[in-house]
Amino acid sequence: MVLALVAPVFAGGAQQQTASTSTRDYARVELLGAGASFPAPLITAWADEYRDLTRGAVTINYQSIGSGGGVRQFMEQTIMFGASEAALSDANAELARTNTGGLAYNLPLTLGDVAVTYNVPGVGQGLVWNADTIAGAFLGEITRWNDPKIAALNPGVTLPNLPIQIAHRSDGSGTTNIFTNYLTKVNQKWADTIGFGSSVNWPVGTGGNGNEGVAGIVQSTPGALGYNSLVYAVLNDITYGNVINKSGNTIVPSLEATSLAAAVTIPQDGRVMLTDTDAAQGYPIAGFAWGLVYENLDRNQAIANRDQAVELTRFLYWIITEGQDINESLSFSRLPTDAQAVAERMISTLKWQGEAVGQTVIADIKANGW
Amino acid sequence: MADVAGTISASTLPARYRGPADTAFKVVVVSLSSFIILLAVAMAVMIWLEARPTFRAFGYLDFLTETTWDPVNAIHGALPFIFGTLLTSFLALALAIVPALGVAIFVTEFAPKWLANIINYTVDLLAAIPSVVIGLWAVFNFAPFMRDTFYMPIYLWAEESAPWLVPLLGAPSTYNLATATLILALMIVPYTVALSRDAIGQVPIEQREAAYALGSTRWEVIRDAVLPYARTGVIAGILLSLARALGETMAVAMLIGNRNRMPFTLFGPAATMPSLIINEFREAVEVLHYSSIMAVGFYLFVVTIGINLLASYIQRKLSITKGGV
Repeated sequence: MVLALVAPVFAGGAQQQTASTSTRDYARVELLGAGASFPAPLITAWADEYRDLTRGAVTINYQSIGSGGGVRQFMEQTIMFGASEAALSDANAELARTNTGGLAYNLPLTLGDVAVTYNVPGVGQGLVWNADTIAGAFLGEITRWNDPKIAALNPGVTLPNLPIQIAHRSDGSGTTNIFTNYLTKVNQKWADTIGFGSSVNWPVGTGGNGNEGVAGIVQSTPGALGYNSLVYAVLNDITYGNVINKSGNTIVPSLEATSLAAAVTIPQDGRVMLTDTDAAQGYPIAGFAWGLVYENLDRNQAIANRDQAVELTRFLYWIITEGQDINESLSFSRLPTDAQAVAERMISTLKWQGEAVGQTVIADIKANGW
Repeated sequence: MADVAGTISASTLPARYRGPADTAFKVVVVSLSSFIILLAVAMAVMIWLEARPTFRAFGYLDFLTETTWDPVNAIHGALPFIFGTLLTSFLALALAIVPALGVAIFVTEFAPKWLANIINYTVDLLAAIPSVVIGLWAVFNFAPFMRDTFYMPIYLWAEESAPWLVPLLGAPSTYNLATATLILALMIVPYTVALSRDAIGQVPIEQREAAYALGSTRWEVIRDAVLPYARTGVIAGILLSLARALGETMAVAMLIGNRNRMPFTLFGPAATMPSLIINEFREAVEVLHYSSIMAVGFYLFVVTIGINLLASYIQRKLSITKGGV
């Protein structure tokens, strides 16, 4: 499984298929988006591919300013679509409803997964963790690597008598959101005292800025335990562990295991946290990265005319269908079919001044192709 | 502004001094300077406006004294960051002053010209290194080196023979208060050197000659004639360095370990106001979280202005030559 993950990483770029250009007439528009930095490389790749497909007519300007900024600009209606690793809060969803008279959708785009990374002299890849040991260590209750709880999960591994030094993200991040959401679901004490969010009040540990900051602490500190995006851990040769999921299976983190985590019922508005998934083979520390888009496109002040609304709808539909073929070459997980269906249903309800542009666009593409 | 032209009122000036070029020039400089003042005021007001939800929710004083920073449960307090900022800045300043003054005195009073030139050039070069570059170097080389060579042995020694020190030192982490402070000191040394050097260089040669004529030794000349004369400039340099230390963001955020909980220990992670802002601003989704970061920014503004005002007050008190050198 590890090989399966690494292979596409290195094949990336070279294997990008040259998209057949479309014969359709596209309005010449620039689609403005902003938000999470985690899916930014993927959105940029989608944008390039899509520009080629539309013979340069539709360009996408995506600014990787962070989920917080993405949500804020989306709520202030200065962008046509946002991207976020945290779902819209109830308050924001409600505010969007009063502002635009319709729903604000959390459209699944891809999945993010978080690996438990560590640096223990003499211990290699694949140390086994469960909810108890991860939460215990990050709460500061398990303080040494040779703790009986960790040892019990890893018979045959010689664990040194070394203090555990926790490394966490100091910047607000979707990775932290997914990781702390997992801890909140699996550990009552964590839920009561810390909770989840893109920034939390960490009980112990050193904060590093960005994936690279945490990786830096982990790699330079013997005895460090942290968490990173799986892609980042793989590309930078950081040792990471396997995690026992809710069904009791030990899961090796991989793009497939992450996709499998989404094999659960997804609600209509898309707002579901996949952490501690019920899926038997799913990796438990994973979550969606969402696109944010208003149901009533005409009520978003950033969208000026019908052409822009139609092209945005088309681009979003392309992302969740054809666009998904690029994901794995860039080490992003592919949306599972259920999630794709939910996303398609959302897109089909998009409207411009009451006209169902979503339905029209999808029907047209299904009938005539790209 | 009316007395830019001096004490003579404009109407009494001869025609030659009332030409359109002079008027135009005056309008340009006056409006440019007012623009700068307006800009500073506008910035403070805008930040305050954005921070208002926080001040409304917690109050100015409670936000200042609260020690918890918990975005999840919407509890925000600025004290750990204000404390961290003042602690790192003043410690760094204390570390930097003596070596910086030493270099400045050596360069102006002792060194032969060729050596002074080399030193001056190197100091200026050091001041020009972007802080992120210094931060990168420290992240990969300096911090691990300091941990293995100093912090670890000192901590182990304290555990053995000076247990009362342990709570003050804290378990050594790679990125911590001590490393951030040392790097901060390193970063402000060039500023202090450059500004004190210029101040000492401006002491008139007669001042020195007079002291020598009275039979002073070299040390006495520097102590009694040169340094008191240059005092204002030297202090100004030190305070400008302090202002830089207070606002320094990148290198500190990379090295301080970003722990938002007090108490801070010397070898443990801590946080400062700028490091908090750069870390959490991008992903602050909730209104109160965002406005609290703005409020921390507002307090940083206030602290910096406060220290600068204090600085100019001290400077005026200590100045022996009225009207400056």
